[in-house]
Amino acid sequence: MKRFVYINDDSYQDLYCDNHISNTKYTLLNFLPKNLWEQFSRFMNQYFLLIACLQLWSLITPVNPASTWGPLIFIFAVSATKEAWDDYNRYVSDRQANCKAVWVVKNGVRRNIQAQEIRVGNIVWLRENEEVPCDLVVIGTSDPQGICYVETTALDGETDLKTRVVPLSCVGLDSEQLCKIKGVIECPNPDKDIRRFDANMRLFPPFIDNDTCPLSINNTLLQSCYLRNTEWACGVAVYTGNETKLGMSRGIPEPKLTAVDAMIDKLTGAIFLFQISIVIVLGFAGNIWKDTESRKQWYVAYADEDPWYEFIIIPLRFELLCSIMIPISIKVSLDFVKSLYAKFIDWDEEMFDQETNTPSHAANTAISEDLGQVEYILTDKTGTLTENKMIFRKCCINGTYYGSESGDALKDTQLLNAVTGNESPVIRFLLIMTLCNTVIPVQSKTGDITYKSQSQDEDALVNAAACLHMVLVSKNGSTVGIIYNGQRMLYEVLDILEFTSDRKRMSVVVKDCQTGSILLLTKGADESVFPCSYRGQQIRVYVDAVEQYAQLGLRTLCLAWRELREDEYSKWSKLFKEANSSLIDREWKVADVCQRLEHDLEILGVTAIEDRLQSGVPETIEMLRRSGINFWMLTGDKQSTAIQIALLCNFISSEPKGQLLHINGNTEDEVGRSLERVLLTMKITSSEPKDLAFVVDGWALEIILTHYKEAFTELAVVSRTAICCRVTPSQKAQLVQLLKSCDYRTLAIGDGGNDVRMIQQADIGVGISGREGLQAARAADYSIGKFRFLKRLILVHGRYSYNRTAFLSQYSFYKSLMICFIQILFSFLSGIAGTSLFNSVSLMAYNVFYTSIPVLTSVLDKDLSEKTVMQNPQILIYCQAGRLLNPSTFAGWFGRSLYHALVVFLITIHAYANEKSEMEELSMVALSGAIWLQAFVVTLEFNSFTFVQVLAIWGNFFAFYAINFIISSIPSAGMYTIMFRLSRDPAYWITMFLITGVGMGPILALKYFRYTYHPSAINMLQKAERSRGPIYSLANLESQLRPVEKDVAQFVSNTPKMRNPVYEPLLSDSPSGTRRSSLPSAFDIFQSAQSRLSLSHARNIKDN
Amino acid sequence: MSSPLASSSNLDGSDDTSPQQKQSKKPKYSRFTQQELPACKPLLTPGIVIGIFALVAVLFIPIGLVSLSASESVVEVIDRYDADCVPNNMHGKELDFIQNSSTNKTCTRRIIIPKTMKSPVHIYYELDNFYQNHRRYVKSRSDKQLLQPSKEAETKICAPEGNTPDGKPIVPCGLIAWSLFNDTYQFSINSGSIQVNKKNIAWASDRSHKFSKDVYPKNFQKGALIGGGKLNESIPLSEQEDLIVWMRTAALPTFRKLYGRIEKDLNANEEITVVIENNYNTYSFGGKKKLVLSTATWIGGKNNFLGVAYLTVGGLCLSLVLAFIVLYLFKPRTLGDPSYLSWNRNPSASTN
Repeated sequence: MKRFVYINDDSYQDLYCDNHISNTKYTLLNFLPKNLWEQFSRFMNQYFLLIACLQLWSLITPVNPASTWGPLIFIFAVSATKEAWDDYNRYVSDRQANCKAVWVVKNGVRRNIQAQEIRVGNIVWLRENEEVPCDLVVIGTSDPQGICYVETTALDGETDLKTRVVPLSCVGLDSEQLCKIKGVIECPNPDKDIRRFDANMRLFPPFIDNDTCPLSINNTLLQSCYLRNTEWACGVAVYTGNETKLGMSRGIPEPKLTAVDAMIDKLTGAIFLFQISIVIVLGFAGNIWKDTESRKQWYVAYADEDPWYEFIIIPLRFELLCSIMIPISIKVSLDFVKSLYAKFIDWDEEMFDQETNTPSHAANTAISEDLGQVEYILTDKTGTLTENKMIFRKCCINGTYYGSESGDALKDTQLLNAVTGNESPVIRFLLIMTLCNTVIPVQSKTGDITYKSQSQDEDALVNAAACLHMVLVSKNGSTVGIIYNGQRMLYEVLDILEFTSDRKRMSVVVKDCQTGSILLLTKGADESVFPCSYRGQQIRVYVDAVEQYAQLGLRTLCLAWRELREDEYSKWSKLFKEANSSLIDREWKVADVCQRLEHDLEILGVTAIEDRLQSGVPETIEMLRRSGINFWMLTGDKQSTAIQIALLCNFISSEPKGQLLHINGNTEDEVGRSLERVLLTMKITSSEPKDLAFVVDGWALEIILTHYKEAFTELAVVSRTAICCRVTPSQKAQLVQLLKSCDYRTLAIGDGGNDVRMIQQADIGVGISGREGLQAARAADYSIGKFRFLKRLILVHGRYSYNRTAFLSQYSFYKSLMICFIQILFSFLSGIAGTSLFNSVSLMAYNVFYTSIPVLTSVLDKDLSEKTVMQNPQILIYCQAGRLLNPSTFAGWFGRSLYHALVVFLITIHAYANEKSEMEELSMVALSGAIWLQAFVVTLEFNSFTFVQVLAIWGNFFAFYAINFIISSIPSAGMYTIMFRLSRDPAYWITMFLITGVGMGPILALKYFRYTYHPSAINMLQKAERSRGPIYSLANLESQLRPVEKDVAQFVSNTPKMRNPVYEPLLSDSPSGTRRSSLPSAFDIFQSAQSRLSLSHARNIKDN
Repeated sequence: MSSPLASSSNLDGSDDTSPQQKQSKKPKYSRFTQQELPACKPLLTPGIVIGIFALVAVLFIPIGLVSLSASESVVEVIDRYDADCVPNNMHGKELDFIQNSSTNKTCTRRIIIPKTMKSPVHIYYELDNFYQNHRRYVKSRSDKQLLQPSKEAETKICAPEGNTPDGKPIVPCGLIAWSLFNDTYQFSINSGSIQVNKKNIAWASDRSHKFSKDVYPKNFQKGALIGGGKLNESIPLSEQEDLIVWMRTAALPTFRKLYGRIEKDLNANEEITVVIENNYNTYSFGGKKKLVLSTATWIGGKNNFLGVAYLTVGGLCLSLVLAFIVLYLFKPRTLGDPSYLSWNRNPSASTN
């Protein structure tokens, strides 16, 4: 359980691995077997291998085994090469890291060695801007206070600098001493928690006595971080190689499978069963035929005595003949188009965020189709819907509201006067804003001070305080320097009671160096700070303030303070140190101790910080909701803020159009009753055109998820919108899991570390590369710069990808089935003996070349223009409900393949009957017929033709002839001269026209009939966009309305709502409630559609 | 991440885009990457569809007429002889008859020419219910052996007719060659015999590139089982044209193979006497044997299928065109009227 690290002691080093980092999956030796094993663990590959092996038995193979082995080896080689290349790159980067030179103390002397030679217990020296080679416990820095700064971007994506400190017992050692230091560090076994390191250190004499010194994550330098703003630092290696925190957290996330892939797998399975049944039936029939007819056919010369295996020969022959029913090309084609879809996302200019200079990126290239099938979007609020750019707007100090008129407290003269007037509550308020944080001031050479902070809120507060003449200027160890009105003040930070998501508050204990008094300064969420107020304080005014600010969508923080008595502090301090050095349950114990100090606080006031909505958020949400996607907002923020933001961004509608249903309660029973009630209301009102949404908070959600999961699932299915506030990261993931278990396609979008679990859990994870670091974007399948790109990602990229894959996959089955049906039909005319009509070369080329190249250009096919889709997002329902790829559409393709096989076969055998029925010729006629049909089928099924597509379809068509002419001129080839003979024969060309006419005529007629008299919405929009129909005027009208709407929204957010400080029911009288009804009636078409969609939940829509 | 200062925020809280990170990551524009390649988006408008079908009708009907007339101009005489060439006393015992080498298998048939047949008149034999495409049969040949004298021992795939019982390779090996058709026909008219040209009945390419001048039949039909015809061992394979024709296997169980040509016009109502050596056994599996005399045109022999099919398709297209026009006139549809879109319809109407 524990590991003991003996500092600088070579004799204990071999217990643990060295610092050799290896991320590679393979070695040179095991690459081939391991890779093959991995590839063959997939069903399709096993199938192909089985077929290929069967083909080696010449008695049963209808074609040359090379026709299967060739493509199979090619496919395997491609994926193996890809794997090898990836692995090689990993190897190269590993080697770079491993061979980097580092300074390590050996036998008391600093020596330069390679990073991979570092052993646990070694002392490693780092210089500024160097990367940390393994997990270290800092024991010395260039800073006399023992502080160093690290950048942890590579670890957690946070771009700010973090402070790391030398443990107390090592403070003040010079570098000479550090080289000779001995001691032992007791730390847990390697784990992947990068926020915790519960360890102890004991130094051996002569360095200090045998006092254990607690270590925490603040004493560590973790692998892959960078040392910044510190001349040098040294530390003891505690975890090395792949056992570092980074190495342990590195894991291969589970591959995600799209709904389309699942459907294709299902269809493949169905075809496999179909194939098996055909094989059994034909095999049986073949054996009967053999025994009754072929025995009489002396020229076949069956022996009287059969070998024992005779009865399986014919079934196996049919198995091989039918094996192409499952096309070997489909996997390659799909991989190819999927990587192109991903590239299109990377390349998309319109999803490039100019502001942060980030292009969109598809990290997962395999799941683009799923984007088009999203049914639920679960979104984070802060940083996702909002900009996460915090600006201090208002505050309420000691019952006085500031910044209400102007909307900016920093310009409120009343506040400025109070500051210059030295009003003590205001000063204390500012003091908390300045001191109670982990912000690091960095003074540049020109004297400007910039702040580095982990939280945007703290940054906003410190900056605001600076504007109010309380400037944080320096932090040297525990001493903080402040300049207030030109007067320098020093404070000593004694303890930091850190912020955790459970405590929801942070405190600092500071000692005023001027007066010597000890102060406890606290800031935190209202519900965690108000209960700590001293008995008798009137907190009513602050509750109102919080409520009011929240209604405006502002984030609030409560500030409180208390003066500590000397003895109280010293007593507590001991407990705190103890808790901090405990190895078990440290977090819980620390929280408990903190609780003991944070009581009887005096609430000083409330700050309100604005987090503006990102541009385009309301439009995006409205559009995606119209397209039938349900939205859930999962936020850690408080309920009223969440609701307000939800209203602002069209997430929910206000009364009377919408209704919010609250699920609340503190006990199991209350929550249960509340849930029942909401569910009932939901069901009753589902017949009215009303937008219903439910609101639930983290506490109630916890109860629901443990006790009322079924009822909640039911609720989740009927409600289109939900707001979950105060939820923890794991609850977010649980909610995703819940929706997934109802078989919904979920997309989770977020920007922060707290969204990572949800993002990884969801079918599609989208990360916003935002201010909270890149953690979410790293974990996500897609990363985008702004929330508004989501609509393009889903409606354009997702939709096109789905459509294209739907066509490509079904077409792949169609063309293989067709050639297979021809073979089966031919077997009825060849004594059911399993003769192949086509020769090996033709069969292989048909499958992997002639019919695969043209359809690949479906990646350029667009059924509707991007503009039309954006104007009619409802069209997404076709993808969402999987209307373009399902068993019934597949049945259509199946029927078409059977029909085309019949057409080709019957026409060929009748046109080439009697004296013309030569095997090679007839097979070539049938093959050409199939190729002709393919060209026209693809032409008919494509919606738009770029030159690439035209080139691919008809180029392929001519390539077919060119290739066959070439083969026909090789004397040793089986089909020598065949193509020349055929092309000279007018009957051949006449036959081709006939096959095309008969094959395509009914399909064209049917398509036209459906297109004109029973059109789908896609067809109608196609006609509309191409004939510039009246839909454009409607759309224009809509877009003209938009700006007006936006103005109103802006007006709403800026209107000060000071006059009525009493809580008002939000939805009945919110200003946005009136803005809907004031819109012209033309907009109602879209409105009613929205409500109509909301009536029946997605399931019903799927059915009609 | 290159510079920690670049991502920091300054005092007024706004994000500064410092000039040193101006290296834009903006994707490069090209019409392909933005999926904006100019595209033609055809619509299935009534005009286009009716036009296509009308065009097909207009093209197919004349082609059908021409093909049909070509096929009709072919004169074809078919004479089935497998049943009639068995002596009366052997009916019911056809197998004994055909397998007994001592019976007289000569048979005389009279054929009346219905219409004048222009030279060259092709003589075919037609077999029925004969599966030359059987899996076991079609593979039983060695192309290498036929082409190269040195590879005469490559008879593995020819089994069971690869080697003689004492192990010598058979040339040509395999079931196909072994079952060579061996009925013969002699034609005479008014007691004057008609010359049958048996030269160039096989494909020239086969004679030159598939069957060698240097390979001679060896050990052929010397086994326990006698299949079909025998070969003259002094003639190289490239000149054994009957064999070459036979070894062009047919894809269908009913097929005709060229026997020879009569290079002389046959006049209408002329009576031709054919003396048939009825050697080939089709009786065991009930296959028919027919003698076919046929002229040829550009479309080949007599085959009405293409012509009839073309006329049918043309006719159907024509009726489709009419149907579409009628439909279009009586139930016109406005192109792309968004009011048809389900979500633009009145919700109350759609629930009905």
